Amino acid sequence: MGELKIIKAGPMTTIQDLGRFGYMKYGMPTAGAVDQYAFKIANILVGNPEDEAAIEATFLGPTIQFKVEAVIAITGGGMNPELDGKEIPMWQAVKVSKGSKLSLNGVKAGLRGYIAIRGGIKLPEVMGSKSTYLRGELGGFKGRKLKQGDELSLAKNKEVREFCLKRSIPADLLEDYLEDRKIRVIVGPQGDYFTSKSLETFLTSRYQLTTQSDRMGCRLAGPTLEHTKGADIISDGIASGAIQVPGDGQPIIMLADRQTTGGYAKIANVISIDLPKVAQAKPGDKLKFEQIEVVEAQQELKKKEERIARLKEWLATEVKKRTRYFKIKVDGKLFEVEVEEQ
Amino acid sequence: MYNQARYLDAGDKAVVVELGNQISTEINRKIRNFTLAIEKEGLEGVGEVVPTYRSLLITYDPLTIERDLLIEKLKILEENLEEIELPQPKLVKIPTLYKGEGLEYVSQVNGLTAEEVVELHSKPKYLIYMLGFTPGFVYLGGLAEKLATPRLQEPLTKIPAGSVGIADNQTGIYPIESPGGWQLIGKTPVKLFDPDRKQPILEGIESGNYIKFEPITAEEYEAIAVVVEDGDYQVEVKQIDN
Repeated sequence: MGELKIIKAGPMTTIQDLGRFGYMKYGMPTAGAVDQYAFKIANILVGNPEDEAAIEATFLGPTIQFKVEAVIAITGGGMNPELDGKEIPMWQAVKVSKGSKLSLNGVKAGLRGYIAIRGGIKLPEVMGSKSTYLRGELGGFKGRKLKQGDELSLAKNKEVREFCLKRSIPADLLEDYLEDRKIRVIVGPQGDYFTSKSLETFLTSRYQLTTQSDRMGCRLAGPTLEHTKGADIISDGIASGAIQVPGDGQPIIMLADRQTTGGYAKIANVISIDLPKVAQAKPGDKLKFEQIEVVEAQQELKKKEERIARLKEWLATEVKKRTRYFKIKVDGKLFEVEVEEQ
Repeated sequence: MYNQARYLDAGDKAVVVELGNQISTEINRKIRNFTLAIEKEGLEGVGEVVPTYRSLLITYDPLTIERDLLIEKLKILEENLEEIELPQPKLVKIPTLYKGEGLEYVSQVNGLTAEEVVELHSKPKYLIYMLGFTPGFVYLGGLAEKLATPRLQEPLTKIPAGSVGIADNQTGIYPIESPGGWQLIGKTPVKLFDPDRKQPILEGIESGNYIKFEPITAEEYEAIAVVVEDGDYQVEVKQIDN
């Protein structure tokens, strides 16, 4: 029995966190949220640690009944969230009353939506993470996607605090990336397995996401890429965002549930801060790759992390301004109390 | 083996250190030592170290350690691999009940008796070149040429965890239930992967170590399976000479 009841699950709704780390060398995929940016922001907005477990929905969001009052934030793909039939904003903390029904609809912009709940979701950690790894049937909620009738418990039944509800992202920190299909890549590690003409084709053409795309990877369709000495390499490790090209010359972008190792040449690797754009691309969308140098990508990453840090800081000062801390003794026991000013 | 490793970027958060471009025990030994040396050094900002046949994938946080500095530190380790004291590899014994249609097929195809197949398969120490494909799946080297057998014409949709099989010149163990096309020659009651176990990957199952299959009877299989279920089974692991 839990505080959240799944009335409708949607086709691919799972519990994720930032991933399962330290086990790649044993062949264990990291899993975790595909759009880590939207995921982190959702948690930050409700005052959770960035890596707290939250819900990831694809294409069509779930309908959830809340048996308790709660604070939630919805980020990522635009799924027109409604609370008891009334539209609610995304990228903002929202109060949910006891008994209310939250429904996310078909995605309008992007592909994957995230729902973070203040206090987090109570689930056992498997190998240090609450992420669902579907193929291994482990982690998350019973190792599977959510289905109708499932009930989730909150990790901490945190009080609804009014300050949370004013939490939204300052305009200068809000990023408009859901429909941005310009994907920056670093060429390699096997760029030399491709003809120079193919490398040029790869960087100048547009590649369409096929329906064969999931949490493991996106298969793309477009001009064929030619290998100089075959598509096969001696199997090696696959980084997040690696772009493999099998013998058919059609690229595959490797995502969260990717295998740890593989035997196809990798023409390039999507830079980490552009992975959320890939995560939000739908089958039929066309991606355009652009080459960038590692150093530059890392500078961009740094800037992005600084923006997130600023957001956290901004929200924290909002909290501080409104919260006072007291220590009180009741029956000889010391309690710490937070009092929030309205 | 290259005289000097190649350092290749795999995006903005990982590098590949490539030591050669073939499958050889010599290169793989160096991969093992390099992996252990990195882990021993405890480089700040380094996340996963994924050893494979002839390269390592190293993930890192560029905000903690700069790429150039990381590569510089890795190169120093590479140059001093000989001097770094590392533990000897281990041999893990996998109790195996040899039985099944695949055993008959492998025997027939190769003109051997089932006993000969068991003998040939259980004799060598197999080098764990790497893990990948699924959690706990070992890529082994050392299968007797006489046992090489083509894959099933039609892959099975469900191969139970613990199945021991042969595919072409490879042998291995299915750590979790999965589809596959291997000729199944036996099964082990031991769980190579158990996410709920304190140590999810079976002790000693690491690239650079070795596996040996130990033939057991159906009774022994059942007895071990019970102990495994209770979570008390201790696999036999011993150090061997490098």
